[in-house]
Amino acid sequence: MVLLPIMFIGLFFLFPVGTVVGRGLGGEGLDAVGELMRSSRQRSVLWFTFWQAVVSTVLTLAVALPAAATVGGLSDRARRVVRSLVTVPFVLPTVVVAGAFDELFFATGLDSGAFRLRHTVWAILIAHIFFNYAVVVRVVGTAWAGLDGRQAEAARVLGASRWWAWREVTLPLLRPAISSASAIVFLFSFTSFGAVLILGGPRRATLETEIYRYAVSRTDLTGAAALAVVQLAAVLALVAVSTWLERRRPAPIRMARSTPTLRSRSGRWINAVVASALLGVPLAVLVERSFSTGTGYGLGHYEALGTRVRQLPAPATTALWNSVHYAVLATALAVLIGVVASVVVVHGRSGWRRLFDLGLTLPLGTSAVTIGFGMLVALDEPPVDFRTRWWIIPVAHALVGVPFVVRTMVPLLRSIDPSIREAAAVLGASRRRIRREIDLVIGARGALVGGGFAFAVSLGEFGATSFLPRRPDDVTAPVALFRLLSTPGDLLRGQAMALAVVLMVLVSVSVFVIESSHGTTEGSL
Amino acid sequence: MLRVDALTVRFGGVRAVDNVSFELAEGERLAVLGSSGCGKSTLLRAIAGLEAGDGTVSVDGTDLTHAAPDHRPIGLMFQDHALFPHRTVEQNVAFGLRMAGEADRARTRRVREMLALVGLEGFGGREIATLSGGEAQRVALARALAPAPKVLLLDEPLGSLDRHRRERLIDELPDVLQETGTAAIHVTHDHDEAFAIGDRLAVMHAGKLLQVGPPGEVWEAPTSITVARVLGHTNEIVDGSATVVWRADAMIVDPTGPHEATVDRVQFRGTSHAARLRTSDGRMLRFLLDDPPTVGDDVRFRIDPARVLRFD
Repeated sequence: MVLLPIMFIGLFFLFPVGTVVGRGLGGEGLDAVGELMRSSRQRSVLWFTFWQAVVSTVLTLAVALPAAATVGGLSDRARRVVRSLVTVPFVLPTVVVAGAFDELFFATGLDSGAFRLRHTVWAILIAHIFFNYAVVVRVVGTAWAGLDGRQAEAARVLGASRWWAWREVTLPLLRPAISSASAIVFLFSFTSFGAVLILGGPRRATLETEIYRYAVSRTDLTGAAALAVVQLAAVLALVAVSTWLERRRPAPIRMARSTPTLRSRSGRWINAVVASALLGVPLAVLVERSFSTGTGYGLGHYEALGTRVRQLPAPATTALWNSVHYAVLATALAVLIGVVASVVVVHGRSGWRRLFDLGLTLPLGTSAVTIGFGMLVALDEPPVDFRTRWWIIPVAHALVGVPFVVRTMVPLLRSIDPSIREAAAVLGASRRRIRREIDLVIGARGALVGGGFAFAVSLGEFGATSFLPRRPDDVTAPVALFRLLSTPGDLLRGQAMALAVVLMVLVSVSVFVIESSHGTTEGSL
Repeated sequence: MLRVDALTVRFGGVRAVDNVSFELAEGERLAVLGSSGCGKSTLLRAIAGLEAGDGTVSVDGTDLTHAAPDHRPIGLMFQDHALFPHRTVEQNVAFGLRMAGEADRARTRRVREMLALVGLEGFGGREIATLSGGEAQRVALARALAPAPKVLLLDEPLGSLDRHRRERLIDELPDVLQETGTAAIHVTHDHDEAFAIGDRLAVMHAGKLLQVGPPGEVWEAPTSITVARVLGHTNEIVDGSATVVWRADAMIVDPTGPHEATVDRVQFRGTSHAARLRTSDGRMLRFLLDDPPTVGDDVRFRIDPARVLRFD
C-alpha cells in the first residue's frame, strides 16, 4: 500500500519535474537560465510575478479579514452557510472566473477609456481577491470562532479598550491562522495561470504564462525549462520560509469553548455588501449574458453547445462530458493516493513519515503549469510514452488534487484524540479493528471533503491540461472555454458564457458535497 | 463601596440574574454560594461589565452601569484563568499595568511585588504552557490584583485544582486579599470554600440572592428550605403542612431513642462514617457517625432538636 503513492508520485511528478530541472540546469539549460536572468523582459516578468502576488495577498487580507471577524462571531449554522457561499468562488475554474470578469468589464464599459480595467494589472488583482477571499474567511474565520472569548474579556477587565484587546490578545492568537492563510494566498497568486492569461491581456506576463508562451507558442522547451527552474526555486524558497516560520510558532494554544461576544450588526452588513459585490456581481453578469440572445432572453446559447464550431475540435457538450469523466477518475485516484499518503504521514514509521511529508509538500508547492510541462517533456519516449494517452489528463488532475485530499485528511487524522483509540483498545478492539472502526470512519468524512475539492479542481483544471497534446475528442471543458473566450468578436461569446455557467453549476455541486459533511473540516482548506 | 441595585440579566426569556441587590464594604470579602447554573458567573460578568442587564452598579458612589469593562475599577479572575497563552508570566501580570499607562520601572517593580505576593518569585520568564494548575491559578490572581482594582471578582478560582492545592489556596487567598486590602466577591459551589473565604455569605439560587449574612448565621439559621438544601441539609421529611430538614451530623445513636431504622450502607469518610439508613416506610436518611454501625443492623436514634429546621 505504501508503495502506491511512492510509485504514482515518483513516475508522474518527480520524474517529469526532475526532467524539467535537469533540462533547465544541464548544459544548454544553464546558459538559458543565465540568459533569462540577463534579459530585461524576463527580469520584469519575475518582478511582476512577485509583486502582483504580494499585492494580491495584502489586498485579499484587507478585504477578507473583516469578513473573517464577522464569520467568527456568527452562530455555527450561519457560519456554515457563509462558508459554503464563499467557497464556490474558490473552486470555480479560473477560466470561468476570468471569463466572468472579462464580461463584467465589457458590460460596465470598463474595457476601455480612462477607467479601463480589462487587460490591466487591476483585473488580475481583483480576480485573485475573488479566488482567495474564501481561503482567508475559511482559515481565519474558523480560528476566530474557536478562540477562547474569555481571553479578550480578561484583557477588557484589565483595562484594555476594545481595540487594544483585539490588538494585544485576539490578533496575536490569530497570527498562526493569518500567516498560514497568507502563505496559501501568496502561493496561489504567484502560480496563477488562467486568470493572468485571460485577464492580463497579451502584454502582462507572469512566470507561469511565460513558461506557457515558451513551451507552446515558441516551442522553445529549453527556455521554458529554464523558466520553470526559476519558478520552482522561488516557490521552494517560499515554502521553506513559511515552514520555518511555522516551526517558530509557540506551543499549541488550548482552545476552550468560546463565549458569545457582541459584534456590530453594521459590520455584518458592510461585509455582506462587499462580499456580494465582489463575489456575486461577476457571476450574476455571467449568468445574465449566457441567457441573453440578442433578441431577448432564451436558451439559444445553451442549445448551441451541442453543435460543433470551427474554433473547437469537438462540440462543447463533448468537452463537458470529457471533463466530468476525467474528474470522476481523477477524484478516485486522488482520494486513493491521498488517503494512503495521509495515513502514512500521521501513523507511519518515522522514516516513511518524513519521506512522505517531503514528497507531499513538493506537489503542493509546484504549479500545475510545471506539472503539465514536465509531463510534456518527460513522458514522451517508450516505455513511458504517455503524454498522448487520454488517461494522462486525469492523472495530471489527480496530482493537482492530491494535496487537497492530504490537507483535509492529515489535520483530521491528527485531531483524533489518542484517548479515543485507547478507550477502544481497553474495550477490546485490536489495532486493525481500531483503524477500521475509528480512523477509517472519521477519515472517510475527510476523504469525502478532499474528494469534493479534487473533483472541483479537476473540472476546472486548465494549467496542466493546456500543455498536454491530445486528440481532438479529448478536449476538456475549460480548454474549450478558453478557446471560445480567445476568439475575437462577439460571435461565440454567448456560447462561452453558457459553457461557463454549466461548469459553474457542476462545481457548485461538489461544494455542496464538501460543506454537507460540515464540522469535520473546520479550518482546513 | 460597591453597590449593586436591582440587577437583572436576561438570556432570552430566562432571568439568569434576577433582581439582585447587595452592598460590599471596603476590604470586605463576600462569598456567593450556589450550585452550577444558578447564575453566579453571570452575576460577576454583569458587575464586570461583560454582560448587559437592568439595574445599577456603582463603586464609591460613581454609577458604572453603562461603563465599558475597561472603565470599571473592577478586576475579574476567570474560571480556568484565561491567561494569555502567547505571553510570559511577567507579561501576563504586567498587562493591566500597561493598559493603565504605568511607567516601565514602576511596572517591573509591581510585577515583582505581585509575583512575590502569590509565592511565585522568579517565575516571570516562564511560558504559560509550562505552568501547573496551581501556578496558573496564582499567576491569574497576580494578574488580576496588579492594577489594584477596588473590587476583585473571583469566579470559581479554585475549581480546577486538586484537593491538596485547593486547601492550601483556601488558606492563602484571604491573606493575599487582606494584604492588598482588596474587596472581593468569591463565587463557588463549595461550602467549605465559601465559609473559609467569605466575611459574609450569600446563597444564590435560580438567579436570586436568597440569604446574605455572616457564614455562621446563615449556616445555623437558613431562612428558607432552598437555602437549607444548598447548604447541605440532606434529610427531609414532611410533617403535616411543614417540611422538617436536618443535616447529616444531627443524628445521635441512642438505644432509648424514639426512632428506628435499618443500616443500608456505610462509607468510610476519614474523620467519620457516612451511613445510609432505611426507615420502615422505605425512606432513606443520611447520617454522619463516629462509630460505624454494621450493615443490616437496626439502630435506634434520636435527632438533636437544635439542629433540626422546620419550614412551613
